Amino acid sequence: MTNKSVTRRGVLKSGAVAGTGLALPTIFTASSAAAYTNEPTGSSVTLGFNVPQTGPYAEEGNDELLAQQLAVEHLNGEGDGGCLNTFTSKALKGNGILGKKVEFVTGDTQTKSDAARASAKSMIEKDGAVMINGGSSSGVAVAVQGLCQEAGVIFMAGLTHANDTTGKDKKANGFRHFFNAYMSGAALAPVLAAEMGKERRAYHLTADYNWGWTQEESIVASTEALGWETVNTVKTPLASTDFSSYIAPVLNSGADVLVLNHYGGNMVNSLTNAIQFGLLDKVANGKDFKIVVPLYSELMAAGAGENIKGVLGSMNWNWQLQDEGTKAFVKSFGEKYGKPPSNSAQTCYAQVLLYADAVERAGTFNPCGVVEALEGFEFDGLGNGKTLYRAEDHQCFKDVLVVRGNENPTNAYDTLEIVEVTPVEQVTYAPDHPMFAGGDLGSCNSGA
Amino acid sequence: MFGLNKKDTGLLIIVGILTLLAPFILNPFPADSAMAQFNAGYPDLMQRFVIFGIFAIGFNILFGLTGYLSFGHAAFLGVGSYSAVWMFKLLSYNVIPAIALSVVIAGLFSLLIGYVSLRRSGIYFSILTLAFAQMSFALAYSVLSNPKFNLTNGETGLQVYADDPQILQGANAPDLPHLFGLPMRATYTLDIGAWSFDFNAGYYLCAVVMMVVFYLAIRIFRSPFGMMLRAVKSNQQRMNYTGLNSKPYTLAAFVISGMYAGLAGGLMAAMDPLAGAERMQWTASGEVVLMTILGGTGTLIGPVLGAGFIKYFENIFSKINDNVLHSWFAILPDGLEDAVVFIIHPFIGKGWHLTLGILFMLVVIYLPGGLVEGGQRVSNWFKRRKSGADDAPSGKTEPAE
Repeated sequence: MTNKSVTRRGVLKSGAVAGTGLALPTIFTASSAAAYTNEPTGSSVTLGFNVPQTGPYAEEGNDELLAQQLAVEHLNGEGDGGCLNTFTSKALKGNGILGKKVEFVTGDTQTKSDAARASAKSMIEKDGAVMINGGSSSGVAVAVQGLCQEAGVIFMAGLTHANDTTGKDKKANGFRHFFNAYMSGAALAPVLAAEMGKERRAYHLTADYNWGWTQEESIVASTEALGWETVNTVKTPLASTDFSSYIAPVLNSGADVLVLNHYGGNMVNSLTNAIQFGLLDKVANGKDFKIVVPLYSELMAAGAGENIKGVLGSMNWNWQLQDEGTKAFVKSFGEKYGKPPSNSAQTCYAQVLLYADAVERAGTFNPCGVVEALEGFEFDGLGNGKTLYRAEDHQCFKDVLVVRGNENPTNAYDTLEIVEVTPVEQVTYAPDHPMFAGGDLGSCNSGA
Repeated sequence: MFGLNKKDTGLLIIVGILTLLAPFILNPFPADSAMAQFNAGYPDLMQRFVIFGIFAIGFNILFGLTGYLSFGHAAFLGVGSYSAVWMFKLLSYNVIPAIALSVVIAGLFSLLIGYVSLRRSGIYFSILTLAFAQMSFALAYSVLSNPKFNLTNGETGLQVYADDPQILQGANAPDLPHLFGLPMRATYTLDIGAWSFDFNAGYYLCAVVMMVVFYLAIRIFRSPFGMMLRAVKSNQQRMNYTGLNSKPYTLAAFVISGMYAGLAGGLMAAMDPLAGAERMQWTASGEVVLMTILGGTGTLIGPVLGAGFIKYFENIFSKINDNVLHSWFAILPDGLEDAVVFIIHPFIGKGWHLTLGILFMLVVIYLPGGLVEGGQRVSNWFKRRKSGADDAPSGKTEPAE
């Protein structure tokens, strides 16, 4: 160093400056007077829609965004009212929430936990959002859920299928309308047994991250309970785009069913590879070879095109259901955007209405009041049939759809056909089920 | 003051004033006005400005002085974050041990990677660092998050759970990161008329840390050690031929900048107790390169400006959606309004990358010295207008230190 001379005066001066710098922050510790985080005081209330607008799940995210905008319109009494007319709870009047006009802000999660938290934080800190809705990945959902718990706002999770979201990572301020991997397994197993018999040998290819593992665990458990045998489970890196090297060994493994625990682009690529290898034309152990994709979405089905014909999977909701809620929602979505909504869009739409309804019933935007109103809430008319928000883990319980890639689609959106609507009793599990154990819901945080 | 010459002291004081008054400077528009969209003075973004400023200052010590372009610096940031969250999990929510450990671990990690990577220079060095960083990312994302040995918690990100040991956590200590009881989340909001300013404890901790490391960076730049690093940049071969072993110098610079990155990572975790693997991805490493180049490589203040610039775009422009546009242009006739919104649409919201890319191209083409060069040109222009044409431009970019 060039300047080594330390003088008494220099030290004193430096010390004084450093001391002032250190002392400064303590002036600002007084907390504000609001009763809870972002209490809406004006004539409007702001909701935060945090969805992937870029990255691998951008399409899902944009569909969610459209549905959320539609929900806001309906809450404010514009448009045809959609599911407000079919919802069994009649607290919502179409005059906003508690008389306040609903406004929204949007953010981009980029399907990255960090970016999602940053954008949720900016909505909470800058825009004064009282609730964060949406998203299309379990990792992001868990990360944002943790943030909302700390900040004292409500979180509604969007598309998240891993058991952990309402399992070991559950939080009191977070709710999930989507189904989970355990439910997929429980719903699929009987259909698999009926279609493929009870003596099958399954080979799993699994995306190598939390969601993939919980799904693999769930499917393995429920198929083995049927009497199936699991030949092998292979983890594939999330960034893979070519699965040929993983498909080739399947043929010689003695397996006769391939289970693809993949989602989004991964699933489209792995399924395409499997079809190219002619797996579906093969006969193994004297049986026709089959492929199962436990978690389906319309957008993935569209991406995989011809290849999904006859492939079984499960879904949260499908626009082809015939109940009143679904019809009302599909009608207003279709009229506004010219296409049917995806199941993640329906989830986000329903969540916005449910949140608004819970606020109306609680008579306050206070997160603790909302949590109380949503816990154990039973309703119908939003498209999923009779639905329960369970108080113990904030997981939603409703019927699960088993679907199959349509053999003869009549139009571009008719890619999946519903095989069975699995009743809710069959997919219900105890809150302390081992696959969900280890978490702590904690108590609601209002940020006060 | 502090052993700096007059010019550097001035720079340090300016940076100090800017960081301490940031809540005012970044919130120039009244909270209810349409322009409030462009306010950046909320705690999370202010923290990010400063933290990425630290990251970029550290990166600049390596890249700006020695010319070694590391494409894997995000790995150190990620390692720092993971160490900090582990400290929260094991010890307590106090941020001091967390930040200290994050610096130490990132230092050790960069020593290891630097020792191997610095055997090569130029593009080979960049590729080696990139490879190490991607390896760390893959390790964090899947390998080290398996149920048997869960170090990173994979895609979900490492976070603190209620059943973690936290052996030093006091009975009534806040249940979130704090500095001896002062929660990092604590914010005092000052309302003056239509304006509202947020003073956040976490931000001021970061700001003070940044002032300290900025001062350290000035000292490094001005020291004989810094001179040696510059010599490496201008002609390493000639240095070696004179019989001088330059490797200890480059390795030291690499470790120092790794520790800066670790510090930034630790602060990030202290502001928000979650560490995600995406922090280590190559795009994150590329981002700090962009920040440094955008601001001005080899200058002191440049990287901080670049960091602020990119984070502003990421957080403010990405949140402008069509509804906001329509409300801005509502006074125009309907057809024209739609046309204007249609033209601007690709550049906002999810198109913020595009806007940033265009600006980056403009800066690199017209201001090769980064934003700092832009500032110099403007100030030179003013000077010339004042004093006539006596000091003609030298035609050469000079760092703004």
